Amino acid sequence: MNLKKTFLPLFNPLSKDNPVIVQVLGICSALAVTAKMEPALVMTISVTAVLALANVIISLMRNTIPSSIRIIVQLVVVAALVVVVDQVLKAWNYEVSKALSVFIGLIITNCIIMGRLEAFALNNRPWPSFLDGLGNGLGYGIILIIVSFFRELFGSGTLFGCQVFPQWWYDAGYQNNGMMILPPMALIVVACIIWAHRSINKDLQE
Amino acid sequence: MKGLKRNIDKIKPHFEKGGKLSKFHSVFDGFYTFLFTPNETSRSGVHIHDGNDSKRTMIMVVLALLPCCLFGMWNIGLQHFMAIGDPGREFFKLFFYGFFAVLPQILTAYIVGLGIEFIVAQIRGHEIQEGFLVSGILIPMICPVDTPCWMLAIAVAFAVIFAKEVFGGTGYNFLNVALVTRAFLFFSYPSKMSGDNVFVQLGSQTAVDSYSGATPLGQLASSTDGAVQLTNVLGDPLSMTDIFFGFYPGSWGETSTFCILIGAAILLISGMANWRIMLSGLLGGFFMAVVAHNWMSPLYPVSYLQPLEQLCLGGFMFAIVFMATDPVTACRTNTGKYIYGALIGIIAILIRVYNTGYPEGAMLSVLLMNCFAPLIDYCVVNSNIRRRMRRVTVKNS
Repeated sequence: MNLKKTFLPLFNPLSKDNPVIVQVLGICSALAVTAKMEPALVMTISVTAVLALANVIISLMRNTIPSSIRIIVQLVVVAALVVVVDQVLKAWNYEVSKALSVFIGLIITNCIIMGRLEAFALNNRPWPSFLDGLGNGLGYGIILIIVSFFRELFGSGTLFGCQVFPQWWYDAGYQNNGMMILPPMALIVVACIIWAHRSINKDLQE
Repeated sequence: MKGLKRNIDKIKPHFEKGGKLSKFHSVFDGFYTFLFTPNETSRSGVHIHDGNDSKRTMIMVVLALLPCCLFGMWNIGLQHFMAIGDPGREFFKLFFYGFFAVLPQILTAYIVGLGIEFIVAQIRGHEIQEGFLVSGILIPMICPVDTPCWMLAIAVAFAVIFAKEVFGGTGYNFLNVALVTRAFLFFSYPSKMSGDNVFVQLGSQTAVDSYSGATPLGQLASSTDGAVQLTNVLGDPLSMTDIFFGFYPGSWGETSTFCILIGAAILLISGMANWRIMLSGLLGGFFMAVVAHNWMSPLYPVSYLQPLEQLCLGGFMFAIVFMATDPVTACRTNTGKYIYGALIGIIAILIRVYNTGYPEGAMLSVLLMNCFAPLIDYCVVNSNIRRRMRRVTVKNS
């Protein structure tokens, strides 16, 4: 029982309190980076890392930050972490970093991060804050991966860049769906996930 | 007819509540009311009934579409035999070629669309709505003749589920279902929906040397040296008569302005469509065409078209007569209808002339105005309330 309560911040955001499909945060980046699975995976890891570390740092400083300037302090911490992530990506995986272009920098403006810092890290001890950051990052990531799975599969016929649909499908007249590559279709896929999720979790229905 | 009714009445109890087939009540009810007028009257209050229910509305619209539909089938044959250099022009040869070319698409649209409607009606326990009767014939008519059936099936399923059923089914959709289908196809499979090779069916035959399958608007959009002479598939010049009667390649339902006008007359005489939308749409389109023609420039080759050609070419007339007047997605207030129609006309020509990425703008302008229709209505109603409120306060003081 106690153990379950400790890990609640980690598991709750995965489904019941998912940042994307329940709180509807972080939609813009969910539309922007999900055309292929690889950038979506990298984005998931980056956001999870930034969110978990920022949560811990803010939680450690929570008693010393004057509340009138807390947003600026949070921004500085997040920005510093994002710069580190950006540099690491550039050093180790330049191709993906180029594909994600401005969206790594825009992690700073991801509403999930500011939301968790404000709502959780400012009032909780470092360990739960770390779990909360991890959970929310992964909850965001699950949706990104699901969306990018459908978009890459039907939009390009590939998964992680490997051809999935055999060539004879294309010879027989099959074509990739161009709209899957465009952002509107990401919105519709997210809507379908919300639809499925709410019809399973009836208590979330309004 | 009497025998049919007796037989159906005999199996009716099975579908009533408690009968062994009561699960399929909505399916039975759908077919029953399709064949016979329901023998039910309202039980409370005073009601004024009109014989015109939504089934009859749909049938009238399908009737109005028939001239375009039949001409379109004939025109498919005409374009095909011209392209392969066959001199035979027998009416039935051309007509049946076109008929069998589009039959699979019409069947696909109806089977997929009605199938989804039946399933949803079963799940929700509703009656089956007849809204898809019109959409099902409209959808193939506004697509190129060579659209593969599997693409059509996906697009119809997408449009019926996401543009109609999630909002509550027939009568609750805020976007025109047929146009959503076309927009989905257009953005998903651009190589099959635009360009020079999709509007004329060649089959396995080879085309003659002077053949070009580009539509008139396509020819203009791809021209680089300003004014061009519009030509038919063989490269012969197109006259205004050819354009008016529709002897040129295009989405097969929409080429003939003459047949569209017959359809418009049927819709207006039977009171199915609103003349305000048609009139203001035509005027708006004409106004924009005159403006574009007045400031024509080689940057935008479509602006070289005469205003009348501008109105008769492409899907403009079809969109104004059959798409803009859809009573569910249009404005409800009369003032709103004028604004709505005029903006559709203006935006359609605006996109066609000044956005060189899209050879035709009618689909996009109707969809855009569908989104704005509730806002226009809101403004019209509120300005009316404000005006009358002012009158009230002046009298009191």
